[in-house]
Amino acid sequence: MLSGIELAQAQQLLASIQKKLPGQLAIMEVCGTHTTAISKYGLRPLLEPLRLLSGPGCPVCVTAAGDLDRMIALAGAGCIVATFGDLLRVPGSKTSLEQEQADGADVRIVYSPLDALKIAANNRQRPVVFLGVGFETTAPAMALAVKQAKERGLTNFYLYSCLKTVVPALHALLAAPHGLDGLLLPGHVSSVIGRQAQDFVASLYGMPAAVVGFGERDILLGIAAVVRMIEEGKPGVINAYPRVVREEGNLLAQKLLAETFNIAAAEWRGFGVIPASGYVLKPEFAGHDAALLFDLPHGAVPQEQEACRCGDVLRGAIIPTECALFAGRCLPLTPLGPCMVSSEGACAAYYRYDRKKGVAPA
Amino acid sequence: MCIGMPCRVITRSGELGTVEYCGNSREINFALVPQAGNGEWVLVHAGLALQIIGEDEAEQLLALLEEFYAERD
Amino acid sequence: MKRVLLAHGDGGLYAAALIKDLFLRHFRHAELGRLSDAALLSPVDGRLAVTTDSFVVQPPFFPGGDIGKLSVCGTVNDLLAGGAQPLYLAVSFILEEGLLLDELEAVVVSLADTARSCGVEVVAGDTKVVPRGQADKLYITTTGIGRADERLLLGAEHVRPGDAVILSGTAGDHGIAVLSCRTGVSFQTQVVSDCAPLNGLIYAISPYFSSLRWLRDPTRGGVGATLNELAERAVLDIVLEEKSLPVRPEVRAAAELLGLDPLYLPNEGKMILVAKQEAAAEVCLALREHPLGREAEIIGHLERGTGSVWLRTVLGGTRGVEMPAGLPLPRIC
Repeated sequence: MLSGIELAQAQQLLASIQKKLPGQLAIMEVCGTHTTAISKYGLRPLLEPLRLLSGPGCPVCVTAAGDLDRMIALAGAGCIVATFGDLLRVPGSKTSLEQEQADGADVRIVYSPLDALKIAANNRQRPVVFLGVGFETTAPAMALAVKQAKERGLTNFYLYSCLKTVVPALHALLAAPHGLDGLLLPGHVSSVIGRQAQDFVASLYGMPAAVVGFGERDILLGIAAVVRMIEEGKPGVINAYPRVVREEGNLLAQKLLAETFNIAAAEWRGFGVIPASGYVLKPEFAGHDAALLFDLPHGAVPQEQEACRCGDVLRGAIIPTECALFAGRCLPLTPLGPCMVSSEGACAAYYRYDRKKGVAPA
Repeated sequence: MCIGMPCRVITRSGELGTVEYCGNSREINFALVPQAGNGEWVLVHAGLALQIIGEDEAEQLLALLEEFYAERD
Repeated sequence: MKRVLLAHGDGGLYAAALIKDLFLRHFRHAELGRLSDAALLSPVDGRLAVTTDSFVVQPPFFPGGDIGKLSVCGTVNDLLAGGAQPLYLAVSFILEEGLLLDELEAVVVSLADTARSCGVEVVAGDTKVVPRGQADKLYITTTGIGRADERLLLGAEHVRPGDAVILSGTAGDHGIAVLSCRTGVSFQTQVVSDCAPLNGLIYAISPYFSSLRWLRDPTRGGVGATLNELAERAVLDIVLEEKSLPVRPEVRAAAELLGLDPLYLPNEGKMILVAKQEAAAEVCLALREHPLGREAEIIGHLERGTGSVWLRTVLGGTRGVEMPAGLPLPRIC
């Protein structure tokens, strides 16, 4: 909740942006938590005609269908599967963790991978697999869990890593044709990687951007900074969240990631394979790598229905309501694409918060 | 993509410690911000402290923006 | 430590001892003492109201309450929301073999105390025991009998555009209290469940009964789901004011921590009241006179629409409040 001062600042910023908007700008919020927050604060209609577009920063949304199937298969294979709540209802090509749980699979919702280590310590005779979905913010906790498992001889603890790194996705996004005028960069990823690691957004692609926090005022501050850079034609990467984000990020976290993971090509929903964008466990942690040690289904899985435009949503080419399936055949309980599935997916956020008043629900 | 919470450090004990956020507390790991001391605020994600939180910076940024947003009124 | 045995459910000596030494010591109604198969009750003046509810809360003991207290509150509050004055309860226990008798007694004492405190009598009961592993400690079903209060004319069909939506206190306390003790997401919190029977509160505003159009206790799915049901049934829109929604700071913080919205967290001691616009302010003030209604607020109003719920945010934006899909899951992304 905003303090009185923050609320006043937010109102002032909102009025300033509204007054200063030069027409139809398109600014992408790269991070899924920003997408949800912006919708939840009711900011989209207030900022029109500014178009706020969602980006690739929803880890569940960009997890490839094949990876989902493999994680769900782990639950069906007699392992204790530990996961964040985000993944429970996400459907693979045939079933979901929630359905496997109903069929008798042992699925545990945890707040931290370190909690999953405790489960492994208390169940030494059973394999415990943590489903590793996330970006640079979440990867350090998983790295620490794997390191501690090795140190403590918890040979029954495994990680299935779908962890991804954001910078290559930003390159993939900006190197391809796009209609973006500016970016809001993810504040908590930046707390790990630092502001300066994203300077290329402006220096290489000429794109104005701000590293942004997650409160109402934080987001408006970021938007105001980006609008100013666009208007003045001076692209830069501004730190609008310096209380949390440092120039160089968290060096200890970066060191931990480098010691635990190698960088490899990874498949992203909506983008396909992006070179050097995924975290895989280093060979010295092979004994904890679920991808190596369990017999899991391989081969390509159809990504999504042909008419589904999640790929376009994740690249900011369209907003969810511009997809023909949105709120018609594609609904939260019967999602056709990943952006409707994840609670922080753009389509789910738009469905939940951004439908227009007066329009009958589908 | 990542919900992070600002929490106040209550106690530290080696790599572990307890943080509090508005009447809620839990044990977290401080391996990545070993310098965080009692009473300081840290950003917590997935049971791990990721950064020490500094002073609210908004005033400074607002002042920077004001010049742009004030003109042409 | 004495534990519940399968024999406690077989109708023999063990069962008789359990009834005599435990249940009858705490439930004192004369009809129970007769050990008959059915309670015979005096006729009541007016229509009868009947409701039934099962309680399977995990864990059975949580900050601010336990499954025994909850099983009274839930059913008493359902009778009130149905427009009836609660009178009697029938209570049925499913016990897991191996449950500590001390724990069972604590639940029974709590149930009996809660019923007594709100003037409702336990007049019938039953106990079954299932083998270890087939239940999680104990489940309780309570059936409530009440007398319809003819001053209350309640229902979605009576709700009109312009009516005010009042919440009798803070949202989400029970949800956070219970979540805080689940394994995997455990954290320590000062939040305690709001679990309380509300007949005292509702009867404290009886002078305003003719101004009320709809009552509902927002348990599972919270305020968000409950109001969606009303909007859909009434085919009206409900517009909530974010700044008016009472939420304890520690509940808001814990909900943020878990990636949850207090609007969808369950409550066990709150009532949503829809009141005629002109009486709403007075109803709200009257609620605040009662200890269980101190934090009552007018949180929104009804207007013409298509059956949706909306929230006006603190910045003046309007966004949807959707029917939740499934139980709230703690999330990190």
